[in-house]
Amino acid sequence: MRPLTLHRLLLQCLLLLVILFFVVVLALKFGAVPVSLYALGRDLLRVVFGQSSGISSDYGLIIVNIRLPRILLGIIVGASLSVAGTSFQALLRNPLADPYVLGVSSGAALGAILALIAEPHLTISPVFAALLTPLGAFLGAAATITAVYFLGRRQGQIDSSTLLLGGVITASFLSAIIMFLMNTLTGNLRGLAYWLMGDLSTSPQKSVYWFLGIGFLAATGAIYTTAGDLNLLLAGEKEAMHLGVDVPRVRLVVYIAASLLTGLAVSVSGAIGYVGLIVPHAMRLLFGSDHRTLLPTAALGGAIAVVFADTLARTVVAPAELAVGAVTAIAGAPLFIYLLRRRLA
Amino acid sequence: MTGGSSHARHLAEVGRLANEIRLSVEQVSYAYSANPAQAPLFTLEATSFQARPGEIVAILGPNASGKSTLLKLIAGALHPLSGRILLNGFVTHTLAPRIRAQRIAVVQQESRLLFPARAWEFVLQGRHAHGRSLRFESERDVMIAKNALAQVGAASLSDRWMDQISGGEKQRVILARALAQQPLLLLLDEPTLHLDIAAQVGLLDALRRLAAQNRYTVVVVTHELNLAAEYADQVVLMHRGRCLRLGPPASVYRRELLEQVFQTPLSVEFGASGRPRVTVLAGT
Repeated sequence: MRPLTLHRLLLQCLLLLVILFFVVVLALKFGAVPVSLYALGRDLLRVVFGQSSGISSDYGLIIVNIRLPRILLGIIVGASLSVAGTSFQALLRNPLADPYVLGVSSGAALGAILALIAEPHLTISPVFAALLTPLGAFLGAAATITAVYFLGRRQGQIDSSTLLLGGVITASFLSAIIMFLMNTLTGNLRGLAYWLMGDLSTSPQKSVYWFLGIGFLAATGAIYTTAGDLNLLLAGEKEAMHLGVDVPRVRLVVYIAASLLTGLAVSVSGAIGYVGLIVPHAMRLLFGSDHRTLLPTAALGGAIAVVFADTLARTVVAPAELAVGAVTAIAGAPLFIYLLRRRLA
Repeated sequence: MTGGSSHARHLAEVGRLANEIRLSVEQVSYAYSANPAQAPLFTLEATSFQARPGEIVAILGPNASGKSTLLKLIAGALHPLSGRILLNGFVTHTLAPRIRAQRIAVVQQESRLLFPARAWEFVLQGRHAHGRSLRFESERDVMIAKNALAQVGAASLSDRWMDQISGGEKQRVILARALAQQPLLLLLDEPTLHLDIAAQVGLLDALRRLAAQNRYTVVVVTHELNLAAEYADQVVLMHRGRCLRLGPPASVYRRELLEQVFQTPLSVEFGASGRPRVTVLAGT
């Protein structure tokens, strides 16, 4: 017997933090404009010591004003999507659940676009206007997961294939509505299309970063308080209840928090797919399926995966750029098929 | 002051009962319906029985006789339409899930795991109700889980994967998880289903020994007439949603009664132990 200890959990997180650090350095160094490691270190130290004004070179500006915010965004988005995927998998008892596959990301995107359309017609202060898109995305995500949950139920039980099919169809239906609505939006249509595929190139304002960070910590913290309950929910809702889990409460907390995470991520980066699928599976293979380890390691792993995928997206066809969603889909879709085949075997 | 003295008398009554009767099923009824506007598809008529610590109660009956419904009501998974179920004087279905899981353990027909787990991880799940969700297992939890595995003779399975052990071994590990809950009441739904005869007898022997040692009250739903006759202290005979007969096996196992309930010609003999034995008379 080797039950989980705090010590082991912290070691695992430390290992992933080290990997994240190296991936971040890699992401800072590589891009359309190559930067030497020495210049990188010098400019970063200046930022740390609050002497940003000392950075005069164009390279330094690229690092600090373009790559660093983008990496930060990648970290938050990756961690959010990965934690959301882990939560949906436990709650729906389906190892293939992922915010993108279940249509939750499309729901969030539709919510965000509706908020964008409504914004000019509302008379609210600019501070709240900036929060309107994330709020719309959250509501869209919450409504979609509720709809997909009921679509996937048969005789009071969640049917795995019906759930996935319901999610995929919901996603395509919502995408059609988004295409339709896009024609009513004037302005940067190409940017919007890019955003829908999942893209980290448009950095939001500084206040949005704070909002994202606090939202991520609150939602992930709420999910983490139910980590032990989620372990038991994997055995089924009735069995979990007999083992002492307050199933309705856990379900409500995790649905709301996971929808919030998906909504936040989609509102700034669009629908980046398969992160919530690939990362939790990799972390289960490495560290086991106990949610007390899985949730924090999946958050760090998601950050690593998205920052790495975005670095690839920026460099593979440089000086042009791919959407990061295209990179994650190329890696994630075959894995999805593999997992599906293995389950049916 | 008559009100006060009657209250004191009531408390004394509860205290006295708590020493003797652990589980008290009082006029419990239930109705299933697909649609509230329609007539119910199945009803369980008012059923009562009581059980003491260390006692094994078998709920017997053909399919759709209400056995499993009765067990779900006792487990608190369903709320009775009328009547109540008391465990040490507390109404079970109003308890919070955590509190209930500290007192009642349920062994269901085998559960499918989504991700692989080792036997010891599975047994430690039984400790969940005794700690907070976020807590890491203590030395004491590990010791209780080890003991539970040893008590069902499965200590050697501890490090095996749950999907790589036999049905009989799995049933033992599931029972060990229930023991790790340290319950007062142990409920089992067809625990011998899909087991070979040696595994069936092994499981029920373990159950009888544990009930005597740890003073569990055990309620088992089963199809196995002879195993129930051999191991149960009390039998609740169910037929079409009604409790037809209640009592020790020797008084419930009457040929006419069993033939009527199971719709099969059979004979009942009494062995040297005084426990009845049923033979199905096929083809006569």
